[in-house]
Amino acid sequence: MIALSHITRSFQVGDQQVTALRDINLDIGAGDYVSIMGPSGSGKSTLLNLIGLLDRPTSGIYRLDGGDVTTLDDAQQAKVRSEKIGFVFQSFHLVPRLTAAQNIELPMMLAGIAPHERRQRVAKLLDNYGLAERADHRPDQLSGGQRQRVAIARATSMQPAVLLADEPTGNLDQSTGKEVMNLLEQLVEQNVTLILVTHDPVIGSRALRQLQMVDGQIVSQSEREE
Amino acid sequence: MQFADLIRLTTSSFLAYRMRSFLTGLGIAIGITAVILLTSIGEGLHQFVLAEFSQFGTNIITVQPGKTQTQGGSVGIFGSVRALTLEDADALRQLPYVEAINPAVMGNAELRANGKTRRTTVFGEGHDFASTFTMKVQSGSFWNDDDNEQARAQVVLGAKVRQELFGGQNPLGEYLRIGGQRYRVIGVMEPKGQILGLDMDDAVFIPAARAMELFNRSGLMEIHVSYRAGTDAATVARIVTERLKDRHGREDFSLVSQEQALEVLGSVLDVITFAVGALGGISLLVGGVGILTIMTMAVTERTAEIGLLRALGAREGQVLVLFLGEAILLSALGGAVGLALGAGIAQGLHWLMPSLPVHTPWIFALLAELSAVVIGLIAGVAPARRAARLDPVTALHTE
Repeated sequence: MIALSHITRSFQVGDQQVTALRDINLDIGAGDYVSIMGPSGSGKSTLLNLIGLLDRPTSGIYRLDGGDVTTLDDAQQAKVRSEKIGFVFQSFHLVPRLTAAQNIELPMMLAGIAPHERRQRVAKLLDNYGLAERADHRPDQLSGGQRQRVAIARATSMQPAVLLADEPTGNLDQSTGKEVMNLLEQLVEQNVTLILVTHDPVIGSRALRQLQMVDGQIVSQSEREE
Repeated sequence: MQFADLIRLTTSSFLAYRMRSFLTGLGIAIGITAVILLTSIGEGLHQFVLAEFSQFGTNIITVQPGKTQTQGGSVGIFGSVRALTLEDADALRQLPYVEAINPAVMGNAELRANGKTRRTTVFGEGHDFASTFTMKVQSGSFWNDDDNEQARAQVVLGAKVRQELFGGQNPLGEYLRIGGQRYRVIGVMEPKGQILGLDMDDAVFIPAARAMELFNRSGLMEIHVSYRAGTDAATVARIVTERLKDRHGREDFSLVSQEQALEVLGSVLDVITFAVGALGGISLLVGGVGILTIMTMAVTERTAEIGLLRALGAREGQVLVLFLGEAILLSALGGAVGLALGAGIAQGLHWLMPSLPVHTPWIFALLAELSAVVIGLIAGVAPARRAARLDPVTALHTE
């Protein structure tokens, strides 16, 4: 499903060339559950952004569902993000002036889905994530766990094939974090590909496939025994 | 993205920063108020002046003796000017399109009646005078026909002259001396007031032939040609010119068309209205700068949100439209408030000072609202473009 070959990403910082990713080769299948771990600055977030089409590689080819997506223009990449990729962030990134329901509705609004259909999907998602009574609350009226549940509901509203989570439990206490992880893992069971970036080994070790990154390279891969 | 959603999203940010939105919109509102108020007064003045000039009817061409042009060489035989005569006036009466002809002479003479004397303006006119100039006779009437050889000594009084000389008494049938000659009063005009400094009520009207004799003139001062409404003034002017050239052998007279004069006057007044509108436009420009400032701030404050929208699948164009939409919403709402304020103040002024003419044409209102929207659009373009071009990754990690 996701195929990265010889991906390199370097930035110009001042007069210095900084290489965030060096010659990454990676294949991830549909329904995989992958965690990417490593110290900060190891390039794991850059890799996630690249997979999420928010960033472009300096060189190399990225194929998503068999098609080369590195050559797509902005509008085409936006369409791919809209249809195939969901994001969950450490700091939730909810729009503060919109209600929980409106936040969940946002990707569908941008995609131009009919209001009738949107309402149905939002109601179902609110229900699935136990947010039905919080539908009209704004983010500042929600607890951290509730906020991340809204974010997950939003990420799945377009039924994406790939879910990218960048430190999804980073701003949550342990028990709430566990709860959020359970919700994400339920999605894997529904054949969603989950890619998780974390520096927390406890969280990272829950994934079936674990990647270790150091200095822009994947240094080791391991699979969890069932 | 659907239009309704665009409205919902832009409205939500508008409402989230109520005070700020209100103040920014106020900038535009004040600008539009100024534009509407000034153009309303300008347009009111326009209509007032035109009404003042056109109250004698607009389908009138005035013929005056003498050609208003500079000629080379000595005046000689070509320079001599033949007077416009009553016969010229009669000749014009038969032309097509012509509804009425009014020969005119004006002067000053002493009136005497009831033992009182009064110096006043004496108008020598034709029998169609009142209908030509849309003036109303209050009682009695003008003479029935013009007799060039033996015009009868009849007079129509202006309202003021009647009051001064006859008081409450009915003047019809009474006699009046004008420059020593006896005239019979056959009509009284309705009060008309002053027109361009000339008091039409402090005047009397006698047949033109009589007035020429009274003032010892060999020619008329003017001939007024009243033509059928809807006829092209230039066509009538051409026919009149041809007829008089035939009679005089050359063009020793000038034509002034009321319609042309009004057109020139109207365009001058339009320039004035436009100029005062442009003055108001300056404050509108300041309002536009306010929008630019607020939108630039909004983009900076909401950088992370822009990154999020991009991650959720928004195209650059959608981000652009969202921020442009906000700028336009601000200016359109401000503009609408300004419209209401401007028109309201204009009407209030008119109510307080009825002599101040005020008029707000809907096309001005429409143009003002449109310019508010355009200003919002222009002010919003730069910030919205900056928002659209933000790098999604950098934007997402901006706190």
